[in-house]
Amino acid sequence: MIGSIDPLLLIASLMVASTPILLAAIGELVVEKAGVLNLGVEGMMIVGAIAGFAAAVESGSPLVGFVGAALAGAALSLIFAVLTQVLLSNQVATGLALTLFGIGFSALIGQGYAGRRPPPTPKLDFGPLSDIPVLGPVLLRHDPVVYVSILIVAAVWVFLKYTRAGLVLRAVGESHDAAHALGYKVVRLRVLAIAFGGACAGLGGAYLSLVRVPQWTEGMTAGAGWIALAIVVFASWRPWRVLAGAYLFGGVTVLQLNLQAAGVAIPVQYLSMAPYVITIIVLVIISADRRRAAQNAPASLGRVFHASS
Amino acid sequence: MQRRTLLTSTAAALVAVSLAGPALAQEPLKVGFIYVGPIGDLGWSYQHDQGRLAVEKEFGDKVETVYLESVPEGADAERALTQMAMQGADLIFTTSFGYMDATINVAARFPDVKFEHATGYKRAGNVATYNARFYEGRAVMGTIAGRMTRSNKIGYIGSFPIPEVIQGINSTFIHARKVNPDVEISVVWAYTWFDPAKEADAARALIEQGVDVILAHTDSTAPLAEAAKTPGVIGFGQASDMLDFAPSPRVSSIIDNWGPYYIERVQAVLDGTWTSTDTWAGIGEGAVVIGEITDAVPAEVKAEAEALAAAIADKSYHPFTGPLNRQDGTPWLAEGEVADDATLAGMNFYVEGIKGDIPQ
Repeated sequence: MIGSIDPLLLIASLMVASTPILLAAIGELVVEKAGVLNLGVEGMMIVGAIAGFAAAVESGSPLVGFVGAALAGAALSLIFAVLTQVLLSNQVATGLALTLFGIGFSALIGQGYAGRRPPPTPKLDFGPLSDIPVLGPVLLRHDPVVYVSILIVAAVWVFLKYTRAGLVLRAVGESHDAAHALGYKVVRLRVLAIAFGGACAGLGGAYLSLVRVPQWTEGMTAGAGWIALAIVVFASWRPWRVLAGAYLFGGVTVLQLNLQAAGVAIPVQYLSMAPYVITIIVLVIISADRRRAAQNAPASLGRVFHASS
Repeated sequence: MQRRTLLTSTAAALVAVSLAGPALAQEPLKVGFIYVGPIGDLGWSYQHDQGRLAVEKEFGDKVETVYLESVPEGADAERALTQMAMQGADLIFTTSFGYMDATINVAARFPDVKFEHATGYKRAGNVATYNARFYEGRAVMGTIAGRMTRSNKIGYIGSFPIPEVIQGINSTFIHARKVNPDVEISVVWAYTWFDPAKEADAARALIEQGVDVILAHTDSTAPLAEAAKTPGVIGFGQASDMLDFAPSPRVSSIIDNWGPYYIERVQAVLDGTWTSTDTWAGIGEGAVVIGEITDAVPAEVKAEAEALAAAIADKSYHPFTGPLNRQDGTPWLAEGEVADDATLAGMNFYVEGIKGDIPQ
């Protein structure tokens, strides 16, 4: 019976299903590498979803929608940045509040947009390349955002691993006091990281409302932001593992629905919990070297920084 | 002495307040609603909220309504209900199947508050239940689906394997088969009432399996939005009219019309005639409305569907009429026999011809 599932279509829809979580998770990874725990991912995603939707509907251009979503996500995250970096509030409580605020605020501005259709996001045209067997349907028939999300992962990896600025960002996340003593602007750097995380979460939200579903519905992220947060931790703060985790989660979600639709005789309960269980197990196994995984966790994660002298 | 004076005056004040109680009969009746999704889902919760607005419009100053949206089923529901009861609600509508035990538990602690639980089967002295015969609407949708499908595959997105959903699947299938003996149905369980992304993914999975008619028993419009991406795929509005997706993919819809029932029950509380009842109304009573069938459906199919709806409305036809066998081939209903409500309310089996198992 599994034969009736087309693996090419499956992989193609897997990439689409995973992109919102991937975008939100890669943004959060940078934020956490800078030593900040922002639990407001869900709130920033949903505000990005409605802001992107509204901008796309009003302007008729999906590009404007995605830019607007990134700006809105970043703007919302700056509230968090001011509260936690300037006013030194508790990051966990502030992040949770940001999520609650984002859900309510998005419902408010979304009042006039329920039931409307966004302008379609065109797929990138690779010309004859999209007809290459296997590779074409899987990789070369997507909308630009799918590729942008992979490029962001690659850029974050290069940035953290090979650039001086990335090293400084990691230093701030490891020991903000030491970084401060060396003369780095801890607060400024963290604010920038938080804004980047917000922009990515906003993009992820807009991908939901503009491409994956595509429509605006209140509360439509339905927990995707929390999955993104979990993936960052289970991927032990490594960009390519975040990609693996997000694709695995999205992939198993799509696969289990396909297995059901194809009538495969596996109890549905197991299929439904499979995305969560498999993602956690795989990521725990690939991060199993506990000493190295612990080294990877930013030592100052979630701690308040105050330049007392 | 002073303390005693204080006590006396407090007691006097208390008496005054309790005496004032009945005198202040003009105080509005407080009616509470608990929704499982956001009222902006444009589906299930939205329709219940339309019912709430109908109550406000009907009674004006005589009632005050409050609502809580996106309340998870389970322990959270009990907390939300307790809070609502403590804040002085006189009548509370709990509008999802999963609130059943929470409703019963909270009702036991607040004997003076009246509760109405939608789609459940547990009642108490102060807990009534109400439901609509969605399966009557599904019979009409199934007829259209059976006539419209080109691939002879129709897909059904189920939320949870509870009787209400299983009735819908069976009714859809029976009536699709009746007009198209080759039709097959694929069921995907989403295990959620509301998650637009997952609902869209489920619809996508079904479409990739060759399904060209999508029915959903979840609460958002996402399955229709997904169907709209593939030309030739049709779907139906669920719980609400979802006219934004007409004329295609939405070719018709099942509309839950709760307003009349809510008005009737609020009136009963105001009159002091409220009792615990079990209401199960259908197309005939106006609780289930078939949304306009669009021009994407050929005229003769439209006429056939409308005739079926009319026959169900005047009770000359019951969607579960024998001969019908269970999935395993054992007889369920004999020729001309009609299913009784108790069996339907506890329905936990597929009828013959549906492939796959119901998750237990």
